[in-house]
Amino acid sequence: MEVVDIHASCDAEFIAEVEAESSQRIAECYQCGNCTAGCPFTFAYDIPVSQIMRLLQAGQKRRLLTCKSIWLCATCESCTTRCPNNIDVARIMDVLRHLARREGYAAERNVKVFWDAFLDSVEKHGRSFELGILAAYIAKTGRFWPDLGLGPKILPKGKLGFKPHPIQGKKQVAEIFRRFREISRS
Amino acid sequence: MSVYAYYPGCSGLGTSIEYDISTRAVCQALGLALADVPDWSCCGATPAHTVDHLLSSALAARNLAQAEDLDVQALITPCPSCLTNLKTAMHRMSDRDFRGKVNKLLDRPVRRDLPVKSVLQVLVEDVGPEELASRLPGKPLAGLKLAPYYGCIMNRPPELMRFDDHEHPTAMDRLMQTLGAEVVPFPLKVECCGASFGVARKDITARLSAKLLETAQDLGAHAMVTACPLCHMNLDLRQGQAASVAGRQFRIPVFYYTQLIAVALRLPQDAIGLSKLCVSPNSAFKAMRKALRP
Ligand code: SF4
Ligand code: SF4
Repeated sequence: MEVVDIHASCDAEFIAEVEAESSQRIAECYQCGNCTAGCPFTFAYDIPVSQIMRLLQAGQKRRLLTCKSIWLCATCESCTTRCPNNIDVARIMDVLRHLARREGYAAERNVKVFWDAFLDSVEKHGRSFELGILAAYIAKTGRFWPDLGLGPKILPKGKLGFKPHPIQGKKQVAEIFRRFREISRS
Repeated sequence: MSVYAYYPGCSGLGTSIEYDISTRAVCQALGLALADVPDWSCCGATPAHTVDHLLSSALAARNLAQAEDLDVQALITPCPSCLTNLKTAMHRMSDRDFRGKVNKLLDRPVRRDLPVKSVLQVLVEDVGPEELASRLPGKPLAGLKLAPYYGCIMNRPPELMRFDDHEHPTAMDRLMQTLGAEVVPFPLKVECCGASFGVARKDITARLSAKLLETAQDLGAHAMVTACPLCHMNLDLRQGQAASVAGRQFRIPVFYYTQLIAVALRLPQDAIGLSKLCVSPNSAFKAMRKALRP
């Protein structure tokens, strides 16, 4: 069992930050475990979601921002829907990965690379371009066509466009990203 | 005729093109006019909200602003992921402070509060099973056994989605029963299929999808029916990956519910897009015909 000295290592500022960004009250969690029981990703998590809530109450910033679970949460909303205290747990998971990003952590790097490739595509074209996203993912992870077996299944279906679908307002979309980065820096 | 602003979503142009085609055809056949959101852009999907909630709301909100040019009562979308993003953005913008911040990221601010709904909700509430039944030649899908799979976010969280039941949804069940199909009691209606981890962690996606496919097969379903492009991709395109994890063969066609409505309405083949499915749907229709023979 892991022993945490919460007096020595509790980061109260971190708790306040998560509460402010998620609009949730962390102390309301009474550790019933309902969220973990319904979480479909518990088998793949390094820390189950109810334990994430407990570590959060104990202000264990580094432990949380470096864990894998926050990158594997699918925002399925099961925890949020079933929490008896109406805590929006999925929103807290989202906020934890926002903070992890800002501090430069990504314990599941490939997941982050995929999401980044997706957003780059949207920033460039205004819409997501599936083949372009895969190509960018392959280039950044060095994984050669991770879904090699799927090519013969999907290509003959003529569903994957070989060109993006740019929109007229793609500059407006790029501006959203630019302004967002600007206010995030200030 | 009711007119709705229609948001197809990016996958509707690619991997879920058959969902888009059949949705448009079914809406037209049932008297729902769709006006595409002019020059719509990506709603941000999953990746945007994992980066920041202001960014994801702004990406979704650009489309809400674009829809304001249309004379419509609601904006509808077939995709649950787009639905969640659009609804979440609208909901969070009820906070004036947040709305101001979102509008600052946009060229064109959001002014109206347009209701956002799924196509499924509109088909069930504004058309309804009785009206649908009146347009059908009898019970065209009698004999077909379906496992209805809703996915995790179509109805969750309930305070936001405000439609159907969040643990035991029945909207698709009712539509499929109206077509004459038999709906098996599928216990994993709202379990997660592995969502968008198919590329970065396909081991996880395969394991979660395998559980759904196994259960559907063990319940004797001839096919699964879904309302989500991502679920569909994991269950149909990635069915082979799920099979290797499960260590057993799957041969389960996975339909979009709009495709089955289109089949029942006898719409033309190119309005249904059955040839776009990776797992051939023939076995399901064969089983259906066999079940009808005395
Ligand atoms: S369901 Fe809610 S109260 Fe129970 S452990 Fe999870 S977060 Fe805490
Ligand atoms: S939202 Fe995330 S943490 Fe919550 S149940 Fe779903 S996968 Fe687990």
